[in-house]
Amino acid sequence: MNSSTPKERRIILKHADDPKYSNQIGCYLREGGYENLKKAFSMKPDEVGEEVLKSGVRGRGGAGFPAGMKWKFLDRKSGKPIYLICNADESEPGTFKDRQIMYKDPHQLIEGMMIAAFAIGAKQAFIYIRAEFHEGARILDRAIIEAKKAGFCGDQILGTDYSCDLVVHRGAGAYICGEETGLIESLEGKRPNPRIKPPYFPAVLGLYQCPTIVNNVETLCNVRHIIEMGGEEFSKIGKPNNTGTRIWCVSGQVMNPGYYEFECGSLTLGQMIFDVCGGLQPGRSLKAVIPGGSSAKVLRADERFTGSLKDGTEFDWGLEDIPLDFDGPMSAGSMSGSGGIIVMDDTVDIVEAMANVNAFYAHESCGQCTPCREGSLWMRKISQRMCSGGAREEDADLLLSVAKQIEGRTICAFGEAAAWPTQSFVTKFKDDFIRKATDSQKDRDPKSLQLI
Amino acid sequence: MISPEKEEFVVITLNGTEVEVPNGINAVEAAALHGKEVPHYCYHPKLSIAGNCRMCLVEMGTPMRDRATGEPILEDNGGPKIGWVPKPVIGCATNVSPGMHIRTESDLVNECREGIMEFLLVNHPLDCPICDQAGECRLQEFATDYGRGYSRYIERKNVKPKRTRLGPRVTLDDERCILCSRCIRFSQEVAKDDVLGFVDRGSFSTLTCFPGKELANNYSLNTVDICPVGALTSTDFRFKMRVWFLKESKSICSESSSGCNTLVSSREGVIQRITPRRNDLVNDTWMTDSGRELYKSVQSEDRIRRPSADGSDLPLEDAISRAFETLKEKKLGLVANCRSTLEEQFLTQRLAELTDAKVFIRGHFGEDDGILLSADRTPNLRGALVAGLTNQYPAEHLNELNQSISDGEIDALLVIGEDLLESGITQENLDKISLVFMGTTQNSSSSSANVVLPGLSVFEKSGSFINRSFLLQCFDQAIPGPAGLLSECKILSKLVNLFSNETKVLSELHDVWQAMSSMEDSVLSGIEFSEIKKGAVQLDGSKWKHLSFVEKEALHHKPMDLITA
Repeated sequence: MNSSTPKERRIILKHADDPKYSNQIGCYLREGGYENLKKAFSMKPDEVGEEVLKSGVRGRGGAGFPAGMKWKFLDRKSGKPIYLICNADESEPGTFKDRQIMYKDPHQLIEGMMIAAFAIGAKQAFIYIRAEFHEGARILDRAIIEAKKAGFCGDQILGTDYSCDLVVHRGAGAYICGEETGLIESLEGKRPNPRIKPPYFPAVLGLYQCPTIVNNVETLCNVRHIIEMGGEEFSKIGKPNNTGTRIWCVSGQVMNPGYYEFECGSLTLGQMIFDVCGGLQPGRSLKAVIPGGSSAKVLRADERFTGSLKDGTEFDWGLEDIPLDFDGPMSAGSMSGSGGIIVMDDTVDIVEAMANVNAFYAHESCGQCTPCREGSLWMRKISQRMCSGGAREEDADLLLSVAKQIEGRTICAFGEAAAWPTQSFVTKFKDDFIRKATDSQKDRDPKSLQLI
Repeated sequence: MISPEKEEFVVITLNGTEVEVPNGINAVEAAALHGKEVPHYCYHPKLSIAGNCRMCLVEMGTPMRDRATGEPILEDNGGPKIGWVPKPVIGCATNVSPGMHIRTESDLVNECREGIMEFLLVNHPLDCPICDQAGECRLQEFATDYGRGYSRYIERKNVKPKRTRLGPRVTLDDERCILCSRCIRFSQEVAKDDVLGFVDRGSFSTLTCFPGKELANNYSLNTVDICPVGALTSTDFRFKMRVWFLKESKSICSESSSGCNTLVSSREGVIQRITPRRNDLVNDTWMTDSGRELYKSVQSEDRIRRPSADGSDLPLEDAISRAFETLKEKKLGLVANCRSTLEEQFLTQRLAELTDAKVFIRGHFGEDDGILLSADRTPNLRGALVAGLTNQYPAEHLNELNQSISDGEIDALLVIGEDLLESGITQENLDKISLVFMGTTQNSSSSSANVVLPGLSVFEKSGSFINRSFLLQCFDQAIPGPAGLLSECKILSKLVNLFSNETKVLSELHDVWQAMSSMEDSVLSGIEFSEIKKGAVQLDGSKWKHLSFVEKEALHHKPMDLITA
């Protein structure tokens, strides 16, 4: 490993790979578990919220919205019950961080959630976990029972008169349930059709039309550490506006794929791929990277990224220079999303890679609103045809046009998630698409009619 | 008459022009008020907002305010600086606020519409030539108005179930469905019979009934009306007629006292279907399925088509004279009808006054569904009150009449429509009296009548009804009646003339109205015929508030004791 590459700083995943650590409450208590819950309960709820706001922690689910700010939007005047929901519907292809937390250290999440619930005044909290995490749901169920027995959750937490119940709710296997309003609908027992905003902002009209906070697993775990360190101290980790650590999930054609927790901005994408993950397989060269889960725009290996950061500093990066935090990939025209870095080397057929992504989004579109419903399937059909010898030269432009007709016109962000991969793959690798077309047109009689 | 409430107005800028619109309405409605169409599929003014079709995307901006001070930010020219939302917004979920700017005609908006139209059409079968919706299909209309005009789609279209039976009256073609969810929302919100839903996801989403359920409620055909495409079709009307051949007449449903506004569609004198007509005071845009079936009575087997006297047919003029002969100088009773039009009831009352006849009237009652089928199954019971035929609430029988015949107080009877045996008159009493029957369908009264005067169905004449909320509404003739027949109004006014020796015939409705509105001490005083032609007129029913009306609280209806309470 290159000596200039920083070391991992594991805060959330501190005990993840410790052979002497299990996911039972004993281990957690031994390592100082639930002490921060006590600390939080000695503060006023508003003060807890203030610490979280001060920490600057940004949501780890994908959008990177400051969590403390989200809590501030909560409608407390309505008099309706307030709900806390942990979004554990980790379904973004390329992302597998929350799973590690829940499987290996569930009590950390429970503690974080109870602190958060206390801060926002929720009496009922939910963990919405994706259907495929059978084991995770079982682990969490058991952990909640343990925590309830020990008085860290449920009735009269820590002997105070504050009670908050925590329930694990399993999804039924739909990606769209990761979208917070879709999640809420699903939790209410309906089809997870995302709601229109306005008026259904969860902080005002969320679960059962009551004010609701939905946070990602990693974000809620961070709350525990914010209370431990204090918001001020936490904000010193990482970089301004990119505080704390992030768990990056590296997959694809690297020697050592896996999850790695680093301080935000402490290393670059290049260091991550070539040092931390042991580089590519021998003889391969880097072709493309998706930096934040499949919906993030793809980055081309030989691209240059120029511009100026929010603080005014000019930058001129190659792919490898992009700092791994929230703002880095964003400045490069993509996003850090949920932290799923997908690495593709020169053996990858870019059109097929895009077809794969498109197949996912066509399969997962909820079907509620027209552009995403019809557009995602159309893009899948086009890309599938392109990969089955039926590519036409005009398909690249057609794909771009279809994607453009989806972006920004849908109910939820799924539209962008479906459109961005296509837009970036086609614009950045146009040659590959054209080549696909000329290859498949080679054996075709030019006089033959187009199939309609 | 009671005058309606006033609305509050705000000024918005629509496509660069300042216009006034009622506060709080959405951008689609606001634009429509000023002649700008914002195309939409899923939005329906009487259903909740789904926002899923994305056809109504518009550009929207609001005046910017300084975050710190709250002061408006101004442009160089002194006008307010507009903060345009970076993405297009859906007009249906965007409610107007003072100073809001909306663009419905920009390049972005046109491009959005083009895109959405293309998406809606990629998996839609191109079967307009055999589709029942053709001619009243929003997809067809908007495709020509806002679509690209050519297709870029060369893939295979999705295959979904066709000709599915959703219920006894509704047939579904899933391939044509654009998943706007109007029918689902209607079933949940208006019919309160939650049986429809989508299964599967993405483009493969399919509308269907829940397992073991069917769309069988009495409002199921409204889903057909609100379906913007040819997915939901009426099993009855399907393939009967191209809609552009239909002549539409404004009518009022005579099924119950709710007084649904309807459109009767006919071709060449034959009614093909009845659909609801929007009236926000009465039925919104809905009506019952049972009300739509009423047109079948026009052609029914037991329809009386010829005047007759003592069993033999004769011309109507002669029959009227025979009726006069039968009734004159007798102890006359008159059975009026809550199903008659207000004008007929007025003339009936005039006839009763002239002949000193005793008037009897009965009601017809059933279950109240709390929506548009009210417990009073006659359209014009309140008309009978207003016309002065009775000042009591009619019972569901004519026992009093039976008694009067038994006591010999009555020996001749003019019956309008009612079935005497079914109303509690004994056969013995029926045989005792001279009977003139005026009505459309055969029953025990007509079969024992000396003279039968055929009437016209509600579709074959014009008139007005007063509904359960004392709304006076008029309806137009939709089709001509059978040859040689006259409306009850004309027959009654001829009888009035015969009894009074007058020659002035109140033959036309406006003549009748002139007489009605010139009555003193009537809730109808001063109401012009032209006025009711324009729309519903609210009458003051407080005079009858002591009566125990049977209608329950329902859509747009509050029983009077609830209003005053």
